[in-house]
Amino acid sequence: MEAKDKIIERILLLIAFSSISILGLIALFIFGEGLPLIWKVGPRAFILGERWVPSQGSFGILPMIVGSFWVTFGAILLGVPLGLACAIFLSEWTPPLIAMVLRPTIQLLAAIPSVIYGFWGLIILVPLVRNYLGGPGLSILSGSVILGFMILPTIISISEDSLRALPPYYKSGALALGATHWQAIWRVMVPAARSGIVASIILGMGRAIGETMAMIMILGNAVKMPTSFLDSARTLTTNIGIEMGYASGDHRQALFATGVILFLIIMILNSSAIALSRRRRS
Amino acid sequence: MISNRTRYLTQNVAKVLIWTAALLTIGVMMLILFQVLAEGLPVLHPRFFLDSPKNMGREGGILSTIVGTFALTLVAIVFAAPLGVGTAIFLREYTRETRISRIIRFGTDCLAGVPSIIFGLFGFVFFVIFLNMGWSILSGGLTLAAMILPTIISTAEEAIKTIPYTYREVSFSLGGTRWQTVTRTILPSAIPGIFTGIILSVGRSIGETAAVILTAGSSLVMPTSLFSPIRTMSVHFYILAREGISMEMAYGTGAALILLVLIVNTAANWLLNRYIRHRV
Repeated sequence: MEAKDKIIERILLLIAFSSISILGLIALFIFGEGLPLIWKVGPRAFILGERWVPSQGSFGILPMIVGSFWVTFGAILLGVPLGLACAIFLSEWTPPLIAMVLRPTIQLLAAIPSVIYGFWGLIILVPLVRNYLGGPGLSILSGSVILGFMILPTIISISEDSLRALPPYYKSGALALGATHWQAIWRVMVPAARSGIVASIILGMGRAIGETMAMIMILGNAVKMPTSFLDSARTLTTNIGIEMGYASGDHRQALFATGVILFLIIMILNSSAIALSRRRRS
Repeated sequence: MISNRTRYLTQNVAKVLIWTAALLTIGVMMLILFQVLAEGLPVLHPRFFLDSPKNMGREGGILSTIVGTFALTLVAIVFAAPLGVGTAIFLREYTRETRISRIIRFGTDCLAGVPSIIFGLFGFVFFVIFLNMGWSILSGGLTLAAMILPTIISTAEEAIKTIPYTYREVSFSLGGTRWQTVTRTILPSAIPGIFTGIILSVGRSIGETAAVILTAGSSLVMPTSLFSPIRTMSVHFYILAREGISMEMAYGTGAALILLVLIVNTAANWLLNRYIRHRV
């Protein structure tokens, strides 16, 4: 019996390492495919190069990096105020009936496939932007709006959790000192839940940078440095998504190299979000 | 010193803004659902589900993509569920907060944040090429399994966490070993919670496109084995819409996709509610 239990414990330990081994394998194979090309082109030329013409062997991904940051920035601009407001609404102001609608709505926002968002953006949002604001419509603005809604569930659920996790005397103390409900929320509770809220924003950024299919359908995919929110753009993810289907040789390796940069950005964002929520826990 | 009037004015303005945000979120969600369902539901005759796509998807139905979606999801769950539940059991029942458990948690959290296109690249170079499985149900399913693993781990952990400590004490006091305690006491009570996590992962697998298109291909032929390439509903929808093959068929597929996700989500919610009520 003892011996059997020991063996089972070993097996479970092995299983428990599966997620970290998968992470390791992902890093190994993506870096293995991508790094040789970054080495060949030169890290500087690869990251800071502005020309992406695979047929001529020029691989510079700066426009995609900039594109990714523009869309993510736009998404945060819309998603953070909206998400924080919904989180406050759900944790502090919930009239039961609306909460009964809002909660499943947010779950659905998380569950709807990204291709549906992309399609809706393409059919509804892109023509609106083209007709009323000009430009091609397939633009950073359209992409940001869609992404802003896509990252809402991440921002809302984690912010709401951290607001709810506050000890009740934060709020009652503020109210007892004569603060209005809103002052208690805005001056005491939100600052106290700061690290959780920031973590939710960082995770939201990670989701925004990582989104692929919806962005392929909405951004227009032009490889050039964006200069306005109405410009079409290409992100790191869409660069991979569009060209992976037909790329070979150096071109394919360059797409993996794009993946290397994306992976690094995501890992930095993730680790800082994890570090922040650890601090909250302790 | 802020006067009382200003304080309450600020509060009311804030209230209005927050209400607006909540209603806007609900409104946009409704708009998306309404747009796709209004155009898509009329396409959903029974024949649409029973015919396979013909002429690149311009005619016929979506049967082969439904089969593809289910096959892929099934493979993903079969691989990810034991690994995920095993990890959760280890983290909750076999170790306290140690360095090992911290490393495992960090790995799981990081994996949860990896974008799907990265999983796609990985699945392509590892399963499709390195392990020579080609574009197939197996490659796609294994890639999805890696992707949904963090969800299954965290929901299973939550489910195990809610089980009162007395359950374990009773089991140990009756002479049960750790493993007996897990299999006879912990798992039976945690099953509904674990199942909720699995259903949520099914939802994610159904909607995934980027990782699937790179690992399972986009063939419209009805699959015959685990090594057949397939096209899932999401990939089909994407190709129909992006290449402008047929808007009518795209709307139909989109509506079917939304209905499926709605059903899966409602099931997960129902289970979770029942489970919580049962426990408290």
